[in-house]
Amino acid sequence: MLAGNFQSALRVSQLRKSYKDVLAVDGLDIEVRAGECFGLLGPNGAGKTTTVEICEGLTDPDSGDVEVLGMRWSSDASKLRQRLGIQLQDTQLSEKLTVYETVRLCRSFFAQGAEASEVIARVQLDEKKNSRVGDLSGGQKQRLALACALVGDPDFLFLDEPTTGLDPQARRQLWELIEEFKKSGRTILLTTHYMDEAERLCNRVAIVDHGKEIALGSPRELIASTCAEHVVEFTAGSASHALDVSALRRIAGVREVHTENDAVLLQVSELHTAVPALLAELTRQNVPLTEFRTHSATLEDVFVTLTGRRLRDE
Amino acid sequence: MSENTISEVRVAAGEQTPRARSFADHPLVQLTLVRFLEFIREPEAIFWVFAFPILLAAGLGIAFRNRPAEVLKIAVVSPELAQSLQREKLLDVQTIDESAAQEALRNGKVALVALPGAGGTVEYRYDDTNPEGRAARLLADRAIQTAAGRTDPVATSDQFMREPGSRYIDFLIPGLLGMNLMGSAMWSIGFAIVDARRKKLLKRLVASPMPRAYYLISFLLSRILMLVVEVGVLVGFGALFFHVPVRGSLLVLSSLCVLSSLAFCALGLLLASRVKTIEAASGLMNVVMMPMWIASGVFFSSQKFPGLMQPFIKMLPLTAVIDALRANMLQGANLSHMMPQVGIILFWLVICFALALKLFRWR
Repeated sequence: MLAGNFQSALRVSQLRKSYKDVLAVDGLDIEVRAGECFGLLGPNGAGKTTTVEICEGLTDPDSGDVEVLGMRWSSDASKLRQRLGIQLQDTQLSEKLTVYETVRLCRSFFAQGAEASEVIARVQLDEKKNSRVGDLSGGQKQRLALACALVGDPDFLFLDEPTTGLDPQARRQLWELIEEFKKSGRTILLTTHYMDEAERLCNRVAIVDHGKEIALGSPRELIASTCAEHVVEFTAGSASHALDVSALRRIAGVREVHTENDAVLLQVSELHTAVPALLAELTRQNVPLTEFRTHSATLEDVFVTLTGRRLRDE
Repeated sequence: MSENTISEVRVAAGEQTPRARSFADHPLVQLTLVRFLEFIREPEAIFWVFAFPILLAAGLGIAFRNRPAEVLKIAVVSPELAQSLQREKLLDVQTIDESAAQEALRNGKVALVALPGAGGTVEYRYDDTNPEGRAARLLADRAIQTAAGRTDPVATSDQFMREPGSRYIDFLIPGLLGMNLMGSAMWSIGFAIVDARRKKLLKRLVASPMPRAYYLISFLLSRILMLVVEVGVLVGFGALFFHVPVRGSLLVLSSLCVLSSLAFCALGLLLASRVKTIEAASGLMNVVMMPMWIASGVFFSSQKFPGLMQPFIKMLPLTAVIDALRANMLQGANLSHMMPQVGIILFWLVICFALALKLFRWR
């Protein structure tokens, strides 16, 4: 047997890592169950990449324990490498090689796995098989990176920001490929700062901020537990007619009130009662409405609720 | 075991007989192939490694080719003198008046002016610090004395030595070969590694199960493959167009080239062990290579430098490589005659490689 039976594909406890004066990971605990797609969601600089690279055996932690597929990097590194599929953030593969040459090279490192051509077909790069990597689009390059991660038929796939910088169509295409891999029952650890990506792909999500876990659960659970179902976003009032925000908290069904620059965000459980009440309140205060929209709560709203900041603070 | 966990599934799959993998699927073969493909798809690299040394050798070979013995121009002011001097084939004699002759001497159009003096004497005017002037004086005097009836007491004969092996081009080809071995080894390994580190490709490779040593070995293997072409082209060019001799054994020459290339690869690896940008890498390489281009005797003998510097120059890897190549190609020396040079090359190889392995960073 390669390793004992395990229910957890990854177990990380009390992980800490600092770079010079920056504390990147601050006592993180993660457990990824075998067969699930687990998401690390957080803003840039939250410590996601450091955490993943420690799990991938590329970075040594200052302290803490990491167990991958029931094995440890200190004793089973070469065995582990054969069973992990890794896609790093912004790796530039050699531009002068063709897609086929690149995948074939990656394939040669693994003892098992499908033929290079088969993996290329799986990520839908058939037509680009003999094109130079330098001539591929961003989405095609990411699919090639995925092919290189899948080439050893891994038990556990690590994806670090797989769709960052891609256009919506290329992102959806990549999601479909990741879902395809998920169906085979293997495990995925995914980092992202796109909440829609995490909601679509992940069974469970850990939201991290400043190297700490601030929430854990399935996307639905997180949304249900931390915020109401709907979010109302509006701007109203002017310098002469300022809006009295505190009055909004008294409206029935309003759970949370955030202000962001000029905009006000309300979390409400029932739109059909809260919206008329809100409009009545604005009329009472005599402030005109300049913008108004509503949406169903997302992981982004969870993050805003927990930290008071948006995920992508540009 | 009621739960069908991943490890069980995997172990079951692993029990199937693994598909036999061909030689071409070996990671070392694939890595070397990739090095080779990356090289030949870079037209600039092809130029610098193959075309440039040939153009340089051709240019310098033509500029410094051996001309037939030069004819010296002299001026005389009397027809009688001209008559006796014209028998000397190495002199081009023109008869002009004295002031014109003086003018021609002053601006270097003639090397010497011969004037008839009082009572049958002859006066030579020339610049005694100019070798041409002195040569013209000897030739002119011999012609005049012989014409006047002097006989030489000792019979002499001339034999001309214009043999390959002692010309500038013969000196130059081993020098260029050494310089090329250094340049191609250091640039190819240094640039490729720094570029891969910059693009985080090194980190990606380390994340895969690739054996790390294979990555470095693939550079050495592809370098040795390329060496066959590089050395063959330059030595072949010299032999074919300039008849540059290869007097030593070809086996010794090949071994020398491989050893030198490995030593420079190690030096390139050391320089590239931590650098993260191409600019820093090329600066570092130039700083290391420049002194050797100048001092190691590529274009002129390293003996021209003061004696105090000689021990240091002798210790430079390129000096040792070029000295050994010249000894092999021009003097036909075998390995036992170039032990000091081989020792120096080995020293650099071992030290640089050991240091590089200690300092090397994959990210």
